[in-house]
Amino acid sequence: MRWYIGRRLLQVIPVFLGATLLLYALVFLRPGDPVAALGGERGLPESVQEQIRAEFHLDEPFLVQYLLYLKGIFTLDFGVTFSGREVAEVIAQALPVTFQLALMALVIEAVFGIGFGLWAGLRKGGVFDSTVLVLSLLVIAVPTFVIGFVMQIVVGVNLGWLPITAGRDPDFVSLLMPAMVLAATSFAYVLRLTRTSVQENLSADFVRTARAKGLSRSQVTGRHVLRNSLIPVVTFLGADIGALMGGAIVTEGIFNIRGVGGTLYEAITRGENATVVSLTTVLVLVYIAANLLVDLLYAALDPRIRYA
Amino acid sequence: MKFRRSARLTALGLAGALALTACASGTDAATDDEATTGPSTGIVTVSNGEPQNPLIPTMTNETYGSSVIQSIFAGLVYYDAEGAMHNEVAESISSEDNITWTITIADGWTFSDGTAVTADSFARAWDYGAALDNAQNLSYFFEPIKGFSYDENTSLIEAGGLTVQDESTLVVTLNQPESDFPLRLGYSAFFPLPESFFEDPAAFGEAPVGNGPYVLESWENDSVITLAPNPEYAGSRVPQNGGVELLAYTDEDSAYNDLLGGQLDVIKNVPASAFATFESELDGRSANQPAAVIQTLTVPEWLPEFQGEAGLLRREAISHAINRLEITATIFAGSRTPATDYTSPVIDGWNEEIKGNDVLQFDADKAAELWAEAEAIAPIGDYTLQVASNADSDHQTWIDAVCNGIRTNLEIECEFFPYPTFDEFLDARDSGTVPGLFRSGWQADYPAMSNFLGPIYGTGAGSNDGQWSNAAFDDTLKAAAGAPSQAEAVALYMDAETILFENLPGIPLWYNNATGGWADTVDNVQFGWDSDPILYQITKSE
Repeated sequence: MRWYIGRRLLQVIPVFLGATLLLYALVFLRPGDPVAALGGERGLPESVQEQIRAEFHLDEPFLVQYLLYLKGIFTLDFGVTFSGREVAEVIAQALPVTFQLALMALVIEAVFGIGFGLWAGLRKGGVFDSTVLVLSLLVIAVPTFVIGFVMQIVVGVNLGWLPITAGRDPDFVSLLMPAMVLAATSFAYVLRLTRTSVQENLSADFVRTARAKGLSRSQVTGRHVLRNSLIPVVTFLGADIGALMGGAIVTEGIFNIRGVGGTLYEAITRGENATVVSLTTVLVLVYIAANLLVDLLYAALDPRIRYA
Repeated sequence: MKFRRSARLTALGLAGALALTACASGTDAATDDEATTGPSTGIVTVSNGEPQNPLIPTMTNETYGSSVIQSIFAGLVYYDAEGAMHNEVAESISSEDNITWTITIADGWTFSDGTAVTADSFARAWDYGAALDNAQNLSYFFEPIKGFSYDENTSLIEAGGLTVQDESTLVVTLNQPESDFPLRLGYSAFFPLPESFFEDPAAFGEAPVGNGPYVLESWENDSVITLAPNPEYAGSRVPQNGGVELLAYTDEDSAYNDLLGGQLDVIKNVPASAFATFESELDGRSANQPAAVIQTLTVPEWLPEFQGEAGLLRREAISHAINRLEITATIFAGSRTPATDYTSPVIDGWNEEIKGNDVLQFDADKAAELWAEAEAIAPIGDYTLQVASNADSDHQTWIDAVCNGIRTNLEIECEFFPYPTFDEFLDARDSGTVPGLFRSGWQADYPAMSNFLGPIYGTGAGSNDGQWSNAAFDDTLKAAAGAPSQAEAVALYMDAETILFENLPGIPLWYNNATGGWADTVDNVQFGWDSDPILYQITKSE
């Protein structure tokens, strides 16, 4: 097991180099000159633009820019944004908020998705099952920003139950609504995935055997049906951690959360290579960690995988 | 020029407004209370965003930083809600020839660190802002001053452009007469700087020390900037509230919802999604007035079909074929005002009586007639008019509407020519490769007619992207700059506009409106010529 984890961690190095190179190339290939747009319609004086280009090495060829970036990384210097802030500081500010938001969303979708899915799966064709199926389809069909705006206006503005935006001090209460919105789509998938998986396993041989052995209903459900049903669900949830962290642009925008998504979007439109690449690299690392976690969970859920 | 971050650099700020005194029913009553109770103590929360640059006056070219700079610094003059200029730190600004300006500084001004504001504070700040090596965003503001150069590092002081005669007298020498020079001095670029700035500009940019109505109490990146009243402030923009919190919003819709839900006092911009409803939803607590921003369709000089006599007829035909009234009312839901000239209604001297401006009237028959006339002189037959803009902001909707008008009324093809990003669009404009008419937006740097004319239509001027050149126009601008009085200057600027209407190097479309709103927790909210709420006037009880 230890060797397994160690090998997985070593894989991070080529992934890191490959990802940064690829990302840097993509950002570099972006057409146009971001510095030209820094001053709006009027533009900045040419002399000022040249100094900015020189400062950010934008006048250098691609490989030189990339190597300078790598050199910076190894000396723990992530560079600065066009406005002069440390990229490391920007990331350090954006990451915890997004992480908290993603974690809350993950918990919401896991708890409710698996719970409802299990219930619906055990009572296939019942009233609860049919209702949940229709509702989950609805949630999947409605775009996130619509859910976000409707929630914001109804729950925040009209009813006043939760803060309208997270804004200044994103705490648990103010992140609750955005987390629910963020979790909505994935919640529906988790629910449907659990339900299908549970139904399949209910008719599996090992469940029949367990029943025949005279195990109680809760033992059969908990130890045999649910545990085996969770493997595809855990895979989905693992991949979703990365998606939740990087893809929250819309939700973060609606609820005024300065997180990874919005910061990344702004950096891309401004052409701030250092910010884009550093932030995306962090996301890549999160994906890797999440995948590792999923693989370890597999082993915990199914001994056959552990010994394979 | 100030621009908005939130609309991604492209949509030039929804900008300032004229007097809005009669706008809110509650405002007048509150003013009466004011007289008896004195300044309020509540802290006003205002929607804003993260400043894009360090908080140094000559670096601040966008509205988020500008809201801070305008509050924590006091310049030689300031502008009131009507766009009129008043002396602030200056006691007098005078010149006999519009070239040599003598500025006298009033007594009693100090920076919030206790050091005195002297002629030197201005001279050194301007000298720093203009120097090439310092790469300041607003360095171009110092272009008129003797000694300025884009090519080599120079000092305005050493070149004799700025002379400090004594503690309170600054003499500015310009390269050529500029009758509206004092009008510019209320803009951020011309603010003074204390001694401490020059020791460490980077540290200063994080925690600036000013001489304005407010002091910067704290700046939490991406979150909130807190301003507290400055007890040392010696001018007339005395804060009527207990302080201001400028909250960073990523999205105008969320700010608007916070306003509706009572979590925010003032929003600087109404989101486009609420244009149709905000005036009824906010019930008198809103502003929607023309700002110092004009949108124009530039006709580039490199297109052969728009040259000569036939070309002029085509320009006029296109202008007549655009129904500005309908487009501003339907597509922009009343958040734009049809243009009647090349400047803006918030500018002193603006009026509708410019000769030749009837070319901006929608007239389908005349449009068709003019196009046919052009075809008779120099036919181009089956023609497709391209209207270019960047596609990373929502310009397609109105361009489609403009094209519809052109298609129906001129019976030619017309289509949107998109550039994926704003900087690619800028690049194509600069290099003169746009294959058709293109969108240009202009927001004034300071409230003067000249600022809408010279930089865009002057021969070889920095933002003359259509590459138009006209000697009579240049001469008229020059004469206006040297005019002995403001009234004579205005008359000459109107002449210059007449020349523009005779040649149509650009087809004016509409003025952007300043749209803003406030909660019932605050009173005395007015929006200035630059479309920002005038923060020091706002009152709020605890």
